[in-house]
Amino acid sequence: MATNAYVPHAAGYVDNEGPKIVSSRFVHEDSYTLERSLATGGYEGLKRALTKAPIEVHDEVRSAVLLGRGGAGFPAGIKWGFCPPGKWPMYLVVNGDESEPGTYKDRLLMECDPHQLIEGCLIACYALGLSQCFLYVRGEMALAQERIAAALNEAYEANLVGKNILGTDFSVDVVLHWGAGAYIVGEETALIESLEGERGMPRLKPPFFPAAIGLYGQPTIVNNVETLANLPWIMVNGAEEYKKFGSETSPGTRLFAISGHVKRPGVYETEQGVTTFSDLIYGDNFCQGMRGDDELKMFIPGGASAPWFFPEQVDLPLEARPVGAAGSMLGSGAIVIMDASTDAVKACLRVVRFFARESCGKCTPCREGTTWEETVLRRIYDGHGRPGDVEMLLDIADNISPGPYPGAAWEAEGLEAIPFPPKQTTICPLGPSSVAPITSAVRRFRHEFDAKIPQRTSIPVTAS
Amino acid sequence: MARFTPENLVLAQEILSRYPRKKSAVIPLLHLAQEQDGYVTNDAMANIAELAEVTAAEVIGTCTFYEMFKTHPVGKYVINVCTNISCQLLGGEELLEHLEETLEIRSGSTTADGLFTIEDYECLAACTEAPCMQVNYRYFHRISNDEVDEVIADLRSGKLADTIPDHGTLQRVRQTIPADKLAGVHAPETVVDAPAWMSRNEPVLAARAAAEAAAKAAEAVEEKKAD
Ligand SMILES: Cc1cc2nc3c(=O)[nH]c(=O)nc-3n(C[C@H](O)[C@H](O)[C@H](O)COP(=O)(O)O)c2cc1C
Ligand code: SF4
Ligand code: FES
Repeated sequence: MATNAYVPHAAGYVDNEGPKIVSSRFVHEDSYTLERSLATGGYEGLKRALTKAPIEVHDEVRSAVLLGRGGAGFPAGIKWGFCPPGKWPMYLVVNGDESEPGTYKDRLLMECDPHQLIEGCLIACYALGLSQCFLYVRGEMALAQERIAAALNEAYEANLVGKNILGTDFSVDVVLHWGAGAYIVGEETALIESLEGERGMPRLKPPFFPAAIGLYGQPTIVNNVETLANLPWIMVNGAEEYKKFGSETSPGTRLFAISGHVKRPGVYETEQGVTTFSDLIYGDNFCQGMRGDDELKMFIPGGASAPWFFPEQVDLPLEARPVGAAGSMLGSGAIVIMDASTDAVKACLRVVRFFARESCGKCTPCREGTTWEETVLRRIYDGHGRPGDVEMLLDIADNISPGPYPGAAWEAEGLEAIPFPPKQTTICPLGPSSVAPITSAVRRFRHEFDAKIPQRTSIPVTAS
Repeated sequence: MARFTPENLVLAQEILSRYPRKKSAVIPLLHLAQEQDGYVTNDAMANIAELAEVTAAEVIGTCTFYEMFKTHPVGKYVINVCTNISCQLLGGEELLEHLEETLEIRSGSTTADGLFTIEDYECLAACTEAPCMQVNYRYFHRISNDEVDEVIADLRSGKLADTIPDHGTLQRVRQTIPADKLAGVHAPETVVDAPAWMSRNEPVLAARAAAEAAAKAAEAVEEKKAD
């Protein structure tokens, strides 16, 4: 399982000061082995859970207010409570499809500490009476798959997974499943379709909320890798300790990936709700400022699907609610920093192209709309734009996500923030996500679009 | 060529046995087929259809949805260069261009000697390590044009054979579940009862119900007193 010289252990992870809940083992070169895991408290959370009744484990997770780390930020304990009572079997599907542009954390957790994730899965299965767990890992992550396969083999051998775990009446299989390259499969209902062997196309919600009708039509919990990785710590230390980190509505820590034009891009574990974007960008403990001390032009606060923020928003805390009220989302903890040298039209085109490529094609506004958005943006960028193209872009966008689209305030121009989330005419939020870069860029940098569109002088028609 | 070899058939059966419904194994089996032949052949899809007890059309339908499955031969080394936003900001597109010039092909195509295929790829979840690329899904982080040249040379000379298997092989370590350790895989319609350990809730629930009843009774007494 050797990696090459270009990829050191836990590449990109920065071991800074601050509490470590999910990344505590990353500093060890052998962090992915059972030996290291056991030597550093691995599976203690599972043992603790097994001394309690399942419902008490669920209560502990509920009172920890563990927010989902996959994007939507919904409390895990509450989601777990949505399963209809008495409808067996129920399943756990782990979302390890990490592919939101800017996001890099689940791969680290899977490559560097697979046992922590497996332990988290087991705790969830124990708490809810789940019959089987499927660990869905993104297809392109070969090393993560190998590390998880090896970890599962070790864990089965050590009686930590499978039949009568640690000699108790708790038995559950954890099966490694892997994707084959499709961003949309990260959406939970598409993930389930894919796990059923189908094309990864989202299902309509309602009625297909996974907790009610999920895998094989049975109640299914879908949780993100990082969400589950928090469970062992919570079991060992308790919800009260967990809530000492972070803020009241966003307790605990989170892994944030900060990429782009900063001095020290990387993945940092830090407290939610306390740390601000400004701390992350400029703090000595974090990215240490803009590359070349250039000016910040804009940043994406939560993955490519999130509307952009600007220098005015840097003092916001890393907390779902204020970020949502300010017009964007914290999403998957992916922060992309862009300096003054960035071409807003080019950046917008690249993100839109992504959504056009990844649209699953199930609904018309997204399938046709994202393609049109890309076509129009491409011709503007290439210098062949036509007068009225920007209005056309906004019009296409309005067909996918009607009404004012969420966006940041711009006080200098008297523009107020439009809070998250956007409306949608589509089955899933992918289509509306394609609108985020367009409305963000047009609202703030309209002049850059206009400057690229050739101004045609009209040819006078004269009667001879 | 292209139906599963006897060894791979054993692996295929093992994979199938882990799912409550056979169709769930289609994607892992397509990977196994690609590992065997370097791409997914029609015969392999027909074979998978038989094994998963679905139609060949369904297997083709699933197969063609996913980017990683190739239905035509590709290079021994498939190079994915990320050009998405974080990498674009730090030279991902220039890296792709350099590679295209070096190998004298455009992205989406394969060199005449069948060694290299280049793909213009979406985010690879290495955004802080931009620009980045993968060769057969093995990562290269923060890579410069010169370093790419070195990697190409090393791939040609076989120096990286230990770290990078031929296209198609994803997991050199596979999950194996010993029969005596398996908790058990059951079709959903055959499971009607709660798992055994859920009975541990009973005393807790009973105690909670009793406490609630006691609290209610105490409340009633209080109310009566107040009257
Ligand atoms: C287009 C789209 C892509 C998504 N991709 C991912 C992903 O790659 N990983 C992930 O964990 N969640 C992803 N999600 C969110 C999932 O639908 C789901 O909310 C999440 O896995 C639930 O886990 P959590 O509650 O633990 O956060 C995506 C959602 C959408 C709409
Ligand atoms: S919005 Fe796009 S990705 Fe989502 S279901 Fe519709 S077509 Fe598919
Ligand atoms: S944008 Fe290139 S790896 Fe994420």
